Amino acid sequence: MQNMTISPAKGNRKFLKKLKERNIDVQTCYQCGRCSAGCPIADFFDLQPMEVVRLAGYGMEEKLLASETIWLCASCDTCATRCPNSIDITGLMDVMRELALRKGIKPAVPQVPAFHLSFMESVKRWGRTYEIGMIGAYKLRSGDYMGDMKLGLSMFMKGKLSLVPHSIEGKPEIRDIFAGKGKEYER
Amino acid sequence: MKMAYYPGCSLQGTARDYNESILDICNTLDIELVEIPDWNCCGASSAHMTNHEVAMRLSIRNLMQVKDEKLDILVPCPACFQRLKAADKALKHDPYHWDVDDYSPKFELVHISTFLAKPEILERISAKISRPVGDMRVACYYGCLSLRPQHLTDAVNHEMPTTLETIVSAVGARPVSWSHRTECCSGSLTMTRPDIAGKLVGDIVRAAERGGANAMVTDCPMCQANVEGRQLDINPSGPHIPVYYATELITAAMSGSYPEKQQKVHLVSAQVLQNHLNQAALSSTEETR
Ligand code: SF4
Ligand code: SF4
Repeated sequence: MQNMTISPAKGNRKFLKKLKERNIDVQTCYQCGRCSAGCPIADFFDLQPMEVVRLAGYGMEEKLLASETIWLCASCDTCATRCPNSIDITGLMDVMRELALRKGIKPAVPQVPAFHLSFMESVKRWGRTYEIGMIGAYKLRSGDYMGDMKLGLSMFMKGKLSLVPHSIEGKPEIRDIFAGKGKEYER
Repeated sequence: MKMAYYPGCSLQGTARDYNESILDICNTLDIELVEIPDWNCCGASSAHMTNHEVAMRLSIRNLMQVKDEKLDILVPCPACFQRLKAADKALKHDPYHWDVDDYSPKFELVHISTFLAKPEILERISAKISRPVGDMRVACYYGCLSLRPQHLTDAVNHEMPTTLETIVSAVGARPVSWSHRTECCSGSLTMTRPDIAGKLVGDIVRAAERGGANAMVTDCPMCQANVEGRQLDINPSGPHIPVYYATELITAAMSGSYPEKQQKVHLVSAQVLQNHLNQAALSSTEETR
């Protein structure tokens, strides 16, 4: 099925090729709906998981990358585990999220990528996550100053968040990873 | 017995108490843990959601840091476990792609509950129990990442796991049967979309109550913080259900007490475990009379 695109005229071939490289065979979807049925967050999605897979099969990248679904999906892997055709739906979500960021597409739920990028910033800087620094960076990035601080605050009061960053010796290696070392041939 | 150990960032921050209980158990059972030197963050969900290459290489570096490739690696955090397993499988499949010349280690990555539920380990735990956790009715909560996706985790039964129930029974508590054992709590959205996390946690907590539980037990630091913390928003006045680490139940049963210091780290009242230990003590003195 891998070579048979449903609608090659409209499809974005580069996107489909990328999925193929990652072994995500969206063309085998027969719209049974198991993925949507088991998804714990589907109620909040603008596109249901089964719709995401079908649109991906059509190569309809623009609509997918602009959706809320790609950012609200928690990568719980319930859908992918239950798909009778073993379609790696979570992997598909990953590909779309990364592509949306690389293309600079305005995220439909901006605070979610802001959070992930703050987390990654912390890893890049220290080699490990620094919770307080990360939460601060997230607040700055997302402009979500008034948003949810309660959980962070109660954890802070309980002494659960570390006050000093955990730094590792191998920081230069981590920086190389972020700089794309080893990836040169794939570019 | 000797194992390598990958604690991960959570166990040095929000889940320090989890780490302490693990070290305590291993100490009591004579299991020497050798921390992987200079390990880095596994990247968790944030890495694989935003940058596949970085995500893989972060976990690959951790595997490259392993010095004694014969020691199995104990991993408590399900997110770290899933990421390390993903790196391990990718390296076994095609080491060259990841700039590794040869990858054929003798170790296995072992998630903590799988490890503790092994018959020989349970036997050693049982031998050290000073006071079984009385009649505490426990909803065992697995969440996602130690189980799914199965092709990465190699979980024996990803829809109907039993390791936590096995552990909880071994320390004398009573696991209840309930519906949401492997449902997602959306921990990765808890800061950004508390509304979604609140709904999912609400469903999970109500399901545990329907099952008759007065406590929950997990092995996931994100689930622990999210399921306890979100109850404060969705039901400010309580009552709340505390979420213990399975390892906390083990240390409590071994020492016979669940000290105030440990209770205080929880975001909701976590007294019920001590109450049950007290009851168990009372009924055992009555028996001896
Ligand atoms: S479970 Fe698989 S086959 Fe069924 S609708 Fe979803 S993606 Fe398609
Ligand atoms: S991985 Fe995403 S789409 Fe799939 S069930 Fe979980 S939240 Fe839903």
